[in-house]
Amino acid sequence: MHDMTAHAAAHHAPPQGFIRKYVFSVDHKVIGIQYTALGLVSAFIGMALSWAMRIHLAWPTASIPFLGTLSPNGAPGGVPTPEYYLSLMTMHGTIMAFFLLTAAPMAGFGNFMLPIHVGAADMAFPRLNMASFWVTFVGFVLACATFFIPDGPPLSGWTAYAPLSAVGAVAGPGQGWGQNLWGLSIALFCVASLLGALNFIVTTIDLRTKGMTLSRLPLATWAWFINAWVSLLAFAVLLPTCLLLVLDRLGGTSFFIPGGLVINDKMLPHSGGSPLLFQHLFWFFGHPEVYIIILPAFGIVAHVMPTFTRKPLVGGWKVITYAMAAIGGLSFVVWGHHMFVSGMSPYMAMVFSVPTLIITIPSVIAVLVFAFSLYGANMRFTTPMLFCLGFISLFISGGIGGFFLAQPAVDSYLHATSFVVGHFHFTMGLSAVFAAFAGFYYWFPKMWGRMMNETLGKIHFWLSFVLVYCVFMTLHLMGLTGSVRRYSQFVADFMVPLTPTNRFITIAALLLGATQFIFFYNVIWSRFKGPKAADNPWQATTLEWDTTSPPPFDNFGGRQMTVYHGPMEYDGDAFVMQTSTEKSIAGT
Amino acid sequence: MATTIHEPPQIAGRLPGEGHSGNGGGRNLVPAEGNLPAVEDHSPELAKTGVWVGLAAVTMSFAALTSALVVRQGAGLDWHHLTLPPILYPNTVVLLASSVTLEIARRRIVGHARGIESRIAVPMRWLAITLSLGLLFVAGQYMAWLRLKAEGLYLATNSNSSFFYVFTGVHALHVLGGLAGLIYVMSKLNRSILRRSTFAAAAQYWHFMGILWLYLLWVLWMNL
Repeated sequence: MHDMTAHAAAHHAPPQGFIRKYVFSVDHKVIGIQYTALGLVSAFIGMALSWAMRIHLAWPTASIPFLGTLSPNGAPGGVPTPEYYLSLMTMHGTIMAFFLLTAAPMAGFGNFMLPIHVGAADMAFPRLNMASFWVTFVGFVLACATFFIPDGPPLSGWTAYAPLSAVGAVAGPGQGWGQNLWGLSIALFCVASLLGALNFIVTTIDLRTKGMTLSRLPLATWAWFINAWVSLLAFAVLLPTCLLLVLDRLGGTSFFIPGGLVINDKMLPHSGGSPLLFQHLFWFFGHPEVYIIILPAFGIVAHVMPTFTRKPLVGGWKVITYAMAAIGGLSFVVWGHHMFVSGMSPYMAMVFSVPTLIITIPSVIAVLVFAFSLYGANMRFTTPMLFCLGFISLFISGGIGGFFLAQPAVDSYLHATSFVVGHFHFTMGLSAVFAAFAGFYYWFPKMWGRMMNETLGKIHFWLSFVLVYCVFMTLHLMGLTGSVRRYSQFVADFMVPLTPTNRFITIAALLLGATQFIFFYNVIWSRFKGPKAADNPWQATTLEWDTTSPPPFDNFGGRQMTVYHGPMEYDGDAFVMQTSTEKSIAGT
Repeated sequence: MATTIHEPPQIAGRLPGEGHSGNGGGRNLVPAEGNLPAVEDHSPELAKTGVWVGLAAVTMSFAALTSALVVRQGAGLDWHHLTLPPILYPNTVVLLASSVTLEIARRRIVGHARGIESRIAVPMRWLAITLSLGLLFVAGQYMAWLRLKAEGLYLATNSNSSFFYVFTGVHALHVLGGLAGLIYVMSKLNRSILRRSTFAAAAQYWHFMGILWLYLLWVLWMNL
């Protein structure tokens, strides 16, 4: 036994020097923090872009600070043109969906926590892990670089529908090099996600420590593991899709560009391509993608909640895990519900409507597990717990909208209205962000060895929670009136009466953004001035709380962990750590 | 409840010989049967698992490209017939032969490890032959592209030629990855630090490239 740990330690000597330690580090904890930081930067940029959009929607003639300097062509005098508005929207979606929501809950917390959860010293392939972060980073830089090229960012949305995204500069500003950079950025993101998913899967399969059976795996790790499979199979489809798109743009092929397409009185030399093919390929990735975003959120909530309800989740590890696995599997057969009004056969719409309604079953099971687990709880209302409750609320509110959209007949009215915008911001956007906040407040003591300020955390939660409803519930209502998603101004007759509503949303969105500065302040203040965290401040059971805060380089200081218990052995103030050799708590 | 464990000693891990017995990534060395001073390595075979998982992603990518081909074929009216360059058929034989020589190399390496074959040059030679056959295959694919080019069929000429170049090009890139893997194996073997799982992973990937090529050839032959 001694030889093994000595070997593991020798194999894994801490690096010396700033660059190897903090920049090109192979340590999964550093990489996790790098991903989390990238997520925070992305969140800030994405948020700033949404402010610009909201201000323009509410006050179409107002000059937006910095925008005129950033793009004299796109926003002369700080007032965005309709095309530039679409560019802002595209980059808001791209940065938020990929670099925040896909990266942070999975690659951020997952990288930091997964090896510790399973009792390993590092990921299975540490150098590959470093490569995935830096490839992601290059992708992020390329995405941001689109703001600084003459034409500006692309305007085809984060979904980059062909033929708009495929025909090149003739399609409008940003569709030249902006779209090329975008394609390259997303292709790099695919590569990085594939490498990351591979690492997560192999680590969970091969590096679990003694006694860490699948039934004893912490639920967050279960979610990351399931999600890694979904990512692996989904990004493996987006990567060739990007390839075909880039070939259409730069190689002159006609995969997605139909024949006889005339743009600006100019006939394009393409023939026979299928724009619908792009939508099929994109959404075959894109629908699993929204679950790639939400599954780690489920996992984090399932991991955090039992610590503060002081009881196991209803149904134990099985019900929630099977529900997550079912969601992961079903997510591959529902993609067509994004295409009800795309010109696809109505019979196909029926075919996709049924699994879409079926996938609500495991989703509802998962949420009901969370909700029912509150019954009889000995609740501790800490900030992470509040964010878990916020997650449940947002996911249910957004999910109810899903029942409307899943039916082709109702969807053909609501499609491309702000009802959809409200729906997906609730379900995948803000739900995932709230879960990520829960994870952040929960794991901050472990990641940096300091406690966050609870009062500021609670203010952050309550303001965010109320304002999120003000913004996105109101967007649902706007959608019911028929207000269209991608319009940059609401000047049509039937929309003018909605201007006050629009302004209400904008003010709420600006306040929501301002609220996040409380969080940023709390992070920075707590990082340096917060009270020192104990090893196990939340009285939790999983392996990350069985080591110092922050953990040493090899995670457990040379100890070989042996696991005897499941992750949810709580009974009020009593709890049994996973590594404890005591008896289990009866009934858990 | 599955999590209920009444007596801790009941769950003292699984048997070491079981493979993924779990050691948090540490080496898992157990005494060889009947020979207490000698140890057998039962560490998890990360490279092998990794290659299997990676191949799942590769499979998915080619499934996506295949479905793109099928949909595109049905969507456009511009689908012409394309005669596959004849060199593809001998080239297929070359790739399959390289799988055979790789298996011979595996046996020679085992023989070398057990002391039956003392010279390391023998397994190295078989690996070199495999590597050459792999390079020959890539060169053959290049010849096939030249042949199409001579017929005036470029990437963008029509949808058939587009798919031909994409399928063969992406596959050739993956084959080059496999060749890099073989070179890595050879350098490890040369320094006598080759682990069985490293070889197994590289071989697994290499054989998969052969199977994948048979599939792609079938798809191209059926549809182009």
